[in-house]
Amino acid sequence: MTPAIELSGARLAFGDRTLWRDLDLAVAAGEFVAVLGPNGSGKTTLLKAVLGTQPLSGGTLRVLGRPPARGDRRIGYIPQQRLLDASTPVRGADLLGFGVDGARFGLPVRRRADRERVARLIHDVGADAFADRAAWRLSGGEQQRLRVGQAIADDPALLLCDEPLISLDLANQAAVSGLIDRQRREHGAAVLFVTHDVNPVLEYVDRVVYLVDGRVRIGPPDEVLTSPVLSELYRTHVDVVRVHDRVVVVGAGHDPHEHAEDAS
Amino acid sequence: MTLFDFSDYGALLGLVTNSLIAGALLGIVGGLIGFFVMARDLPFAVHGISELSFAGAAGALLVGADVVVGSVVGSIVAALLIGLLGVRARERNSVIGVLMPFGLGLGILFLAIYPGRSANRFGLLTGQVVSVDGPQVLVLIGVSLVVLVTLLLVWRPLLFASVDEDVAIARGVPTRALSMLFMVLLALTVSVAVQTVGALLVLALLVTPAAAALRVASGPLAVALLSMAFATVSVVGGILLALGAAIPISPYVTTISFLIYLVCRIVGGRRSARVRSAA
Repeated sequence: MTPAIELSGARLAFGDRTLWRDLDLAVAAGEFVAVLGPNGSGKTTLLKAVLGTQPLSGGTLRVLGRPPARGDRRIGYIPQQRLLDASTPVRGADLLGFGVDGARFGLPVRRRADRERVARLIHDVGADAFADRAAWRLSGGEQQRLRVGQAIADDPALLLCDEPLISLDLANQAAVSGLIDRQRREHGAAVLFVTHDVNPVLEYVDRVVYLVDGRVRIGPPDEVLTSPVLSELYRTHVDVVRVHDRVVVVGAGHDPHEHAEDAS
Repeated sequence: MTLFDFSDYGALLGLVTNSLIAGALLGIVGGLIGFFVMARDLPFAVHGISELSFAGAAGALLVGADVVVGSVVGSIVAALLIGLLGVRARERNSVIGVLMPFGLGLGILFLAIYPGRSANRFGLLTGQVVSVDGPQVLVLIGVSLVVLVTLLLVWRPLLFASVDEDVAIARGVPTRALSMLFMVLLALTVSVAVQTVGALLVLALLVTPAAAALRVASGPLAVALLSMAFATVSVVGGILLALGAAIPISPYVTTISFLIYLVCRIVGGRRSARVRSAA
């Protein structure tokens, strides 16, 4: 079966600043891969390369067997959590509906099959109670549920998620990551999940891609999220502590304040 | 000076049939494009475009060219400049802030050296009712229909791009092209509106009705329909009230439009208070 993502010898640089190089990664169908690393390490850029909005500086990339292309309907995309501006003139159902027919030109009359699909998606992501309300008045968790619905509208073979859990409380983090994982289990979608905190998705993650200053380490969480591996990656002493089922990285990076939290 | 004068109303009404048609159409188109102006956060751009539209019209008046053509050229130049130079909101606002006084100054210069009747001069800034003659009405109707039909055809991707640009780009929506197309449609609408309400008060038609609608409705269809209704009531009502008075049409239009906004704010405020107390 064709891998969902195939990167080989990939390099990405802006001017003389290299975000990452020699990146080899094959993500299989149904695999959950978390992309970790400090701010500015190129996590989001990696996702944009797969999405087709950011060309590589070198190496090759194939997405679901083809070169990356914007507008590939086999890809679902959940953007960085950003609340809608006040007075944005859409309801929750409209926001979700963009995933169904938002890119379609022509008179804005929704087909019957599409109407049914929107209704089913609203139900699937547990948004029945608030789909009719103004989207910008909804809470972060409610908006993110709708965005998951928007992203899975076409039953994508690959889900790209860019920090979808930021600023959500623990219950909503669990709910939203559970929805993403369900798409993987029920439809075999591969998931590339960019996050600064692996803990909310740790139970689902098959492998992590850890990016630090252009260096990359890829492997199962148990092998990568260890003190020796991260110390080598950060080139400074880093402690990885397991507290119950959470991973806490202490002392990495230049800004101890930022990394002293349970980010990894 | 009389604010309202309804003597000989029937006879006057016959004279402004053209204006009423043009006004109603302007309300529909202005209300609809206003919906997208709010969704794309462009109220300030509307103002900037209308000042350059005024400059274009004044320039045309000066050289004896067609005023509508001049106004269209002015607003399209402004819209394209704003669209090309101001991709991000912050850049866009400074580009508009720079263009706006320049356009207004240019227009005043043209009017100052214009040797013709002075009555024509201020119509462009503050609006005029009866001045719209037969052929001009046809041009206005044509332009309005083009804007209306195009907006309906690009409705979904344009709304998607306006509300959720990152995802729209990923989904393959041609956001840059749509943005430029929208600026051109906006320019056309502004130049039509300048003919009726004048350059200074275009906002009352392209922004106030949509802003009012957003206070009382939340779905795109409901907001757009209400916005169109509010704008149409404002223009047509303004024309009817201004008949026979010695004052330009614009204060009537802006007052109706403002009153509608006020009512919507009060109604909307009550409603969200109720939602809050229920929650």
